[in-house]
Amino acid sequence: MIGSHDVLLNVENLTMMYGARVGCEEVSFDLWPGEVLGIVGESGSGKSTLLRCISGQVAPTHGAINYKTRANGVRDLFTGMSEPERRFLMRTDWAFVHQNPRDGLRMSVSAGANIGERLMAVGQRHYGNIRATAQDWLGKVEIADERLDDLPSTFSGGMQQRLQIARNLVTSPRLVFMDEPTGGLDVSVQAKLLDLLRGLVQDLGLSVVIVTHDLAVARLLSHRLMVMQQGRVVESGLTDQVLDDPQHPYTQLLVSSILQA
Amino acid sequence: MSEMLNVENVAKSFTLHTQGALTIPVFEKINFSLQAGECIALTGASGAGKSTFMRMIYANYICNEGRINIRHNDGWLDMVGATPHEVLDVRRHTLGYVSQFLRVIPRVATLDIVAEPLIATGVAKETAIEKAKTLLTRLRIPHHLWSLSPLTFSGGEQQRVNIARGFAVEYPIMLLDEPTASLDADNRRTVLDFIEEAKAMGSAVLGIFHDQEARDAVCTGTFDVTQYQV
Repeated sequence: MIGSHDVLLNVENLTMMYGARVGCEEVSFDLWPGEVLGIVGESGSGKSTLLRCISGQVAPTHGAINYKTRANGVRDLFTGMSEPERRFLMRTDWAFVHQNPRDGLRMSVSAGANIGERLMAVGQRHYGNIRATAQDWLGKVEIADERLDDLPSTFSGGMQQRLQIARNLVTSPRLVFMDEPTGGLDVSVQAKLLDLLRGLVQDLGLSVVIVTHDLAVARLLSHRLMVMQQGRVVESGLTDQVLDDPQHPYTQLLVSSILQA
Repeated sequence: MSEMLNVENVAKSFTLHTQGALTIPVFEKINFSLQAGECIALTGASGAGKSTFMRMIYANYICNEGRINIRHNDGWLDMVGATPHEVLDVRRHTLGYVSQFLRVIPRVATLDIVAEPLIATGVAKETAIEKAKTLLTRLRIPHHLWSLSPLTFSGGEQQRVNIARGFAVEYPIMLLDEPTASLDADNRRTVLDFIEEAKAMGSAVLGIFHDQEARDAVCTGTFDVTQYQV
C-alpha cells in the first residue's frame, strides 16, 4: 500500500561507465514508501548495474542517489554518507535478494544462524530471542521448523531462495532490492515466492526495487515499471499501461515476444 | 444529479513499431459525461472500440489528446495527465473496473483475492473478509472453494470471483466489461442486483453488455462509440 508522499529513494541522472562502455546512463526515478518498482529489459540492458549502484554496492560515475534516512533526513548514498554509515544502512534498513541464493547466504552455517546473523548485526544478543525470531521467520517463508539447524546446502534451490528472503527481511528493512528473485526456480516454487513477496509488501509496507526479465512477474508484483535498453530507460509508467499499451518500439517488441502458456 | 466523469475531446491511436510504425487511428474527439446514479451502456459492433474506450478511462491505455476528468476526493483529476501515483490512488478509492479476465497470483485463496481491494483502501482485514464472504455467497461460489485459488475454477466461476472482487469496494465510479457474459440466469440476476444497488448508492456505472435483456434491465442510457471512430 502506498502510504506517504515522502519519497524514500530519489535517483537523479545516474550514469555508470565501465571505462568507455556504458553500464547505465542518465537514469532518474523516485520510489515511494510501500511501492514496488519493476525494472525490465533483456540481459545487458543495464538493470543489474543500476541495481548495484542504487543499493550502494558500487559508486556511480555520476548522478545522485538520495535516501530518506530514519534519523538524519535525506542523504546522498555516496557523497553524503561515510562508508560505515552506508554499510550500517545496508545491513539494517535495506536488504538485497540475489538471483543466486548462494550469493546471499552463508552456506557454511545453519539456516537459523543465517537469519540470526543479521539480527546480531543490529545489536541483538539474547540467544533465545534470536532463535525464536529465526524460527518464526522460517515459518513465514514456509520452511519446516525442524530444518532450523540444517545447513542451507541441504536445501533445494527454492528453499534456499526463501531462506535468503527470510535472512534479508528479519531486520524489518524499509527498502528491498531484488535481482531476478524468481529466476531459475520451478514455476510452482515461483508462485509460492510471488505470493510470499506480495504478502510481505502488503503487511510490512516494504518498498521494493525488483529487477526481472519475466514480464508476468513484473505485472503481478510491481506498481510501476521501467523498461531499459542499452543502459537507458526507454519507457516508464504504470505497470499495466506499459505492458498493455507500450509506446516505445523496444517495449512493443518485448511485450509481443511473450509466449502464451 | 452530479457529474462524476467527464471526457473531453479524447483521441486514441495505436502505433505499431514492430510493423513498420503502422499507425491505427481508433477514436477522435470523444465527448462523454457520466452522472452519479446512472448506468450507461457502451454500444457499437464488436471491434468498435468499446473496451478500448473503457481502458482509456481506466488509464490502462494512453490517450493521445483530450482530458478524462474524474471526480476524486472532492475535486477533479485528469487521468490523461495524471502521474502513476495519482492514477493508482484513483483506482484504489474512486474508480473500479471489472475486466473480462481474472488476473491473479497463483496459489492465493479466493477469499483473499476478493477482500484485497477493500483492505487496500484501509479497511480492517476481518471486515474485508466478511464482505468478501457475503459477495461470494450471493454469487453462489460454494463455501468449500473459498480457500482455493480461483485459477483452478471454471470460466464462469472465475468470472464471478472477478465480479465479487470488483464490487468489494463501493466505488463512486464503476467500469464493467461484459459482467454478465458466461453466467447462468440466477447469477446474471445477482450481478444485475449488484449494479442496481451500486446505482442506488449513487455510483456512476459505465458498462458493456452484449446481452440486450441485461442492458434493458439496468441501463438508464446508451453511448454509441461508433460515431467517434476514425
